Amino acid sequence: MSVLPKNSLRQGPDARGHFGIFGGRFVAETLMPLILALEDAYEDARKDPAYHAELKNLLTYYVGRPSPLYFAERLTEHLGGAKIYFKREELNHTGAHKINNVLGQILLARRMGKKRIIAETGAGQHGVATATACARFGLECIVYMGAVDVERQKPNVFRMNMLGAKVVPVQSGARTLKDAMNEALRDWVTNVDSTFYCIGTAAGPHPYPAMVRDFQCVIGDETREQMLSLEGRLPDSAFACIGGGSNAIGLFHPFLDEPSVELYGVEAAGHGLEVENGHAASLAGGRAGVLHGNRTYLLMDDDGQILEGHSISAGLDYPGIGPEHAWLKETGRVTYLSATDKEALDAFQLCARLEGIIPALEPAHALAKIVEIAPKKPRDHLMVLGLSGRGDKDIFTVADHLGGM
Amino acid sequence: MLTGKAMTSRIETRFAQCRAENRAALVTFIMAGDPDASVSLNILKALPKSGADIIEVGMPFSDPMADGPAIQAAGLRAMNAGMTLRGVLKQVEEFRRHDADTPIVLMGYYNPIYVYGVDRFLADAKAAGVDGMIVVDLPPEEDEELCLPALHAGLSFIRLATPTTDDRRLPAVLANTSGFVYYVSITGITGASRPDYSKVATAVQRIKAHTPLPVAVGFGVKDASAAAEIAGKADAVVVGSAIIDTLAKTLDAERQGGPATVEAVSKLVSELAAGVASARR
Repeated sequence: MSVLPKNSLRQGPDARGHFGIFGGRFVAETLMPLILALEDAYEDARKDPAYHAELKNLLTYYVGRPSPLYFAERLTEHLGGAKIYFKREELNHTGAHKINNVLGQILLARRMGKKRIIAETGAGQHGVATATACARFGLECIVYMGAVDVERQKPNVFRMNMLGAKVVPVQSGARTLKDAMNEALRDWVTNVDSTFYCIGTAAGPHPYPAMVRDFQCVIGDETREQMLSLEGRLPDSAFACIGGGSNAIGLFHPFLDEPSVELYGVEAAGHGLEVENGHAASLAGGRAGVLHGNRTYLLMDDDGQILEGHSISAGLDYPGIGPEHAWLKETGRVTYLSATDKEALDAFQLCARLEGIIPALEPAHALAKIVEIAPKKPRDHLMVLGLSGRGDKDIFTVADHLGGM
Repeated sequence: MLTGKAMTSRIETRFAQCRAENRAALVTFIMAGDPDASVSLNILKALPKSGADIIEVGMPFSDPMADGPAIQAAGLRAMNAGMTLRGVLKQVEEFRRHDADTPIVLMGYYNPIYVYGVDRFLADAKAAGVDGMIVVDLPPEEDEELCLPALHAGLSFIRLATPTTDDRRLPAVLANTSGFVYYVSITGITGASRPDYSKVATAVQRIKAHTPLPVAVGFGVKDASAAAEIAGKADAVVVGSAIIDTLAKTLDAERQGGPATVEAVSKLVSELAAGVASARR
């Protein structure tokens, strides 16, 4: 990375892992030495050209990068405003952006001599990516997944099993993503010597939020280059869905210091923001708190007990958000919106019918806001959707909601 | 009124008494509000009579990342019965009306305290008669959050040391620790299997080389014989999940407890206390 300007928004976090008041290292003492060792190993790897070369090679030949920046011509025509491009992360090996981060972390685990990999997963995309990389490198893989999510994302459970991973259904709490993360942390605290925790989103204790972001920045870096080559200039806006927020931070970060680029993060509004515990929009409906190793916006009650949240999308159904997003909200650099289950379902169908692309329900939330905003923009406004994953895993959920089809 | 620093704290006094009796202290954990506020208050009141020297009172949290199934379930029962952080402090307040001497240490996670407001929490805890706290997800790297304000307010901040805390890290872990040090004898969650006792003695000596504070040992202590074993090697024995398990067995289908619950917990604690006392040093 080139030298950053003095007031760059890309400098975070500080040495203690803080983005403003957010982030930090709120973990049990047992894990603290591991997190410090991870930080050292990552710093070391960052400076090693051989590490970058190996990652680049995998991203090119194994993942299939760069992913295309595709002009969505019929959607553009249909909405009659901004010129819409899709950054097609759904074409990556394993069908989502998750693999970008997983490969970075697995190469790091190998450098650290760790042979046992654990991960949490919501929609199963991160679990599938982790199981894939573990198969590729001959590592043991255990994936914690909420029992509710195991039920609603069966195709991904089957894929993980095929890849040789052990999927552990988590029965505690709401039996979704946050509980899977609790259980993964319990595993890590127990198996400290052998185990590497491959976190799937830009959240958790420092250095995870920064590290995962760095691995996902390939999305924004490529988008920038591709847009320059296709249109001769930067995009005017970029949209991405947010659960923990890794695909969004990866798309946004390379544009943070470009004030002309509007950035929109879209949270899951579930049944609606006004419905108590009926959504998963931590920024819109939560407040600052401490969970899973970092301070960030969380959905919680007045006693500080974490709420479960709801979204039709298992990948957005998390009561927190990466700490850098919490900070970007406070600085005002990124605009955070939300889309309901219904809006996402409508956008899902629109995309399938108009573009012949079945998106995952997660990016369908971001697309829903594009449907709303694109018509209000001029025709020369270049708008990018981070199409973070494909929707094969969601067809049964969608069929249920649409009455069986 | 004297400040906490000028007074000899209840924790110091209690450890001095145990030393005078040539025995380790017994530290017992219960979850405030488990199975409900009234039964848990009765258990709390009965603990000193049964032989508990120091009481850890759990503050329920929805996401107890370092706890095993027994304590997770205890927290859920308490929350379902309406326990809140304010309610936990009320229990301590009630307890203090009957017992001026037994140290009370709150144990839990940071978020409920953060949301309650650190300064308000410390003031209310002090007023309720709390002596110290153990907050699992606040390592020394985050001392400014609660540890330093707590010490300033005259409350002890008791830190966990673990098998992964090496000699290089120990001084940082011990720097702002007060009251006692809690050595977690295994890497893992609460209620996990029995530790290798031969390693415990070495670990306690390692910590003692860095601090004059008493060292309490917990995790995996299930019965009187295990308690006796640890009591021979440490200044205090901490028992948590075994007490919760005993409590849970007395509950009916609706997870309600009663006098039998208090009785069963008291009986176990008496046995544990006898185990600790048998290991005279």
